[in-house]
Amino acid sequence: MVGRFGAAIVKNRENKRQRTFSRRAALLAAGQFGLLTALVGRMYYLQVVESERYRMLAEENRINIRLLAPSRGRVLDRFGVPIAVNHQNYRVLLKAENAPDVSAILDRLSLIIPISAEEKARVLKDIRSRRKFVPVTVREFLDWEDVAQLEVNTPDLPGIEIDVGERRVYPNGEVGAHILGYVGVPLPKDLTGDPVLELPGFKVGRSGVERAFDLPLRGRAGTSQLEVNAVGRVIRELDRQDGDPGQDVVLTVDMALQREAMKRLGDEAGSVVLMDIETGGIIVQASTPSFDPNAFTEDLSPAKWRSMADNERAPLRNKAVAGEYAPGSTFKMIVALAALEAGVVTPKTTYVCPGFLEVGDGKFHCWRRKGHGVVELNRGIAESCDVYFYELARRVGIDKIAKMAERFGLGNELNLDTSGERTGLVPSKAWKRAVIGQPWMLGETLIAGIGQGFITATPMQLATMTARMVNGGKIVQPHVARDLVVRDKLTVRVIGEPEYIGVNSRNLKAIMDAMTLVMADPAGTAHRARIKAPGMTMGGKTGTAQVRRITQRERDEGVIKNRDLPWRFRDHALFVGYGPVEKPRYAISVVVEHGGGGSAVAAPIARDVMAAALKRDPARLAPGANVAGLRASDKRGQ
Amino acid sequence: MIVVRLSGTATSKLSLQQKLLHLNWELVLLIVLTASIGFAMLFSAANGDFHPWALRQLIRFSVGLLLMLAVAVTDIRIWLRAAYPIYVVCLLLLAAVELMGSIGMGAQRWLDLGFFQLQPSEIMKVGIVLALARYFHGVDSEDAGRLSNLVVPVVFVAAPMALVLRQPDLGTAGVVAMVGAAMFWLGGTRLWQFATVAAVAASAIPLGWQFLHSYQKQRIFTFLNPETDPLGSGYHILQSKIALGSGGVFGRGFLEGTQSHLNFLPEKQTDFIFTVLAEEFGLLGGIGLIVLYGLLIAYGTYIAYRARSNFARLLAMGLTVNFFLYVFINIAMVMGVLPVVGVPLPLISYGGTAMLTVLIGFGLIMSCWLHRDTYINRRGGAFW
Repeated sequence: MVGRFGAAIVKNRENKRQRTFSRRAALLAAGQFGLLTALVGRMYYLQVVESERYRMLAEENRINIRLLAPSRGRVLDRFGVPIAVNHQNYRVLLKAENAPDVSAILDRLSLIIPISAEEKARVLKDIRSRRKFVPVTVREFLDWEDVAQLEVNTPDLPGIEIDVGERRVYPNGEVGAHILGYVGVPLPKDLTGDPVLELPGFKVGRSGVERAFDLPLRGRAGTSQLEVNAVGRVIRELDRQDGDPGQDVVLTVDMALQREAMKRLGDEAGSVVLMDIETGGIIVQASTPSFDPNAFTEDLSPAKWRSMADNERAPLRNKAVAGEYAPGSTFKMIVALAALEAGVVTPKTTYVCPGFLEVGDGKFHCWRRKGHGVVELNRGIAESCDVYFYELARRVGIDKIAKMAERFGLGNELNLDTSGERTGLVPSKAWKRAVIGQPWMLGETLIAGIGQGFITATPMQLATMTARMVNGGKIVQPHVARDLVVRDKLTVRVIGEPEYIGVNSRNLKAIMDAMTLVMADPAGTAHRARIKAPGMTMGGKTGTAQVRRITQRERDEGVIKNRDLPWRFRDHALFVGYGPVEKPRYAISVVVEHGGGGSAVAAPIARDVMAAALKRDPARLAPGANVAGLRASDKRGQ
Repeated sequence: MIVVRLSGTATSKLSLQQKLLHLNWELVLLIVLTASIGFAMLFSAANGDFHPWALRQLIRFSVGLLLMLAVAVTDIRIWLRAAYPIYVVCLLLLAAVELMGSIGMGAQRWLDLGFFQLQPSEIMKVGIVLALARYFHGVDSEDAGRLSNLVVPVVFVAAPMALVLRQPDLGTAGVVAMVGAAMFWLGGTRLWQFATVAAVAASAIPLGWQFLHSYQKQRIFTFLNPETDPLGSGYHILQSKIALGSGGVFGRGFLEGTQSHLNFLPEKQTDFIFTVLAEEFGLLGGIGLIVLYGLLIAYGTYIAYRARSNFARLLAMGLTVNFFLYVFINIAMVMGVLPVVGVPLPLISYGGTAMLTVLIGFGLIMSCWLHRDTYINRRGGAFW
């Protein structure tokens, strides 16, 4: 027992101790209070001062905007036949989270569509590297039978899903390749900021109509706002804005005739252009050899591409608009028109052709060594007398010839609605001074008179030239699509009141008559390629363009025959024409690279294509056929 | 009235009914209120479902509440006598974790008892307070400053710290150290001694750094600059700040928090549950909870002041400081003020051991209240 005294001491000590404790506990409590207040302050900072920023971050976390790729517009020919379409691309996907045993499911799947061991290994690897709810592609481009089989068996294949994408298909393959072009993955320069371009698998037009009309064909992407959780799984769709599918483009091209022309060109390297002379609508634009644009839709191997790019017959080049050839004798109508318009000759003016013309030191040969004798305009064109045109050219001068050529569409861009157009070249004195830096020589004028020398033109320009000659001098604008792109949208092209070149119609008539004789006159260069059926006769002009220089020595020893030369040194065969003679409707140009003579090679091809065109129902070919009606039926057919 | 005898033979004359009558039910009410907020948050964290967390938490809380009341009505002198044995048991359990603990969260912290996964490091927080309260109760304030008298309590603190650090659990080790420091402070250690220990500890930091696991170092780096690695280690802190900040003043509304419901928040049912509350109830909700915690802490401090015996005072204050540390470290951590260490939000985070520990702690605090006038002599009373 502790005594009273002891108790007092204890009590005293206790009091002192209690005071210490109280003081220190109070400090602790104050510290705690201070720290809790600091927490509140921090909360205020985060939830009030910085709240806006964090709320935005929370939304960014939560919302994932996904683009919905628009369906690419189709391309139809003038009769509404689809020539560039989208096929459904059926893919088999495997979602691991729904598949209890991925390996077993793949084995069961391979009973329907055989899956190789490598494929299986790839799929298993893909599945391992992704989150369980992300579908992995097992196989693409399934045919319909496999899809049907899979659909029936889905209950036994948990985790297997069939997904439909799109791929571009050109049902006519090589036939329209140069008109249509192809689609491909966008290149860095194509990335204009449109986010749809960055979608995996999205394709843009890389050449031809696909490129020229890419924006309207492309359509507008839709967006889907998705709420996602932390691992990216989609919880729900918050908002959806459907895009617009791409617009269909209707061409002026007749795919059946196009096929005919391609067949007729066969293995030759060349082109055929058939144009409506009133509208400028291009009905045929063939270029051979061609390529299969479908190969570009899937991945084209670099080796395959190299072999096409290196081919001397240039399958990738659209020769109709990008091939620049010396027009040869097909240029003689321009020279004649220039001379007639200048008044230096009349259709009756005659010259004597002894087989050559000596000017200064130079001796200029006619293709016919023994000469044509007395020649006026009709014979000059029908028999293609070179001396006659040397005379005309000498009298009218290069600058007037050049001006006339340009009025008919040569030497400049035609502003075509396809890609890859080249200008060709129409030389003049000013041009030579500026570009070559030398004065113009008279001999060069004579050579230009027969469409040789510096001068080059594309088959498209030659067809346009012919059309403008036989339609009364109307300035028609060649085009392959019935539609125009106006502010990224397609609008139907309206062919309004035509403008005229402004040449004397009597002179045009004289040229046309002479062109008729090329085929009708037994002495005409293309007499053997005439069309005999009544109402389908055609007029035209042959051309044979030298691609090498024939020396005097060779002339003396006898000019080497084309068939004895290597392919690349043979002459180009050309032909331009129109039909029917009574009421012209179409203009045509044919170029066969290194084909030999225009009359033997080019003219028969032109005849066959023209005859086929004239046999088509004229009512269906009437310019300005009901495009709107065509559109409506297309939509129904979709 | 309670009879107090200076002779030290004083016995509580209160019957069980009387004790229950005198219990501070308003404290119980505060605890139930706080825990209820926790149930609501767990319900929300499970996207509006009582499963898998809210219901189990409710059951644990109910069991814990009964345990708390049982602890509260138990005579404080029994707790004094039991303080060392409890401490030893806790230490043995910690050692057992070392021996056969199963792996959890990359560190050994659990002891699987079959029906319950015990986390001995949590119970140790109570054990250390009990042991130090008992020790300093027996040491006169005059003697408390004597160095020889500090050896035993330093060992009391160092032993569990060493074991916890081996697990490794930096957060708990830190809490044990801070609780220990508070007890030394309250026990009457001299200020210069404190300063010396603090200096020694500070100089030991570079040494200790070498013993840290790489993930612990990473956490500290991340804490210092979370934005550098938003998808890696900084993810937790950044997402939790986004959740807090986007809540604004009034919050997004119950069950409307996108950060928690879309799983951007890590560990949302345990360590990061405060962010669920702050996102859905905003600044007002967060302050509300902090005020509730403040009231609980104030109540604990009040009880410590009212107690007559050193043991009760030290025990109540120590447990209150321990509770405060839970609250402060957790909230500071989710707000990016402290590094991410595994400290739960008391009464709210999902987890059995922490819940039991906190409730037992409050039981002891209430016992201090019920027995506030009980005199206990230095050796723990003669009645035993």
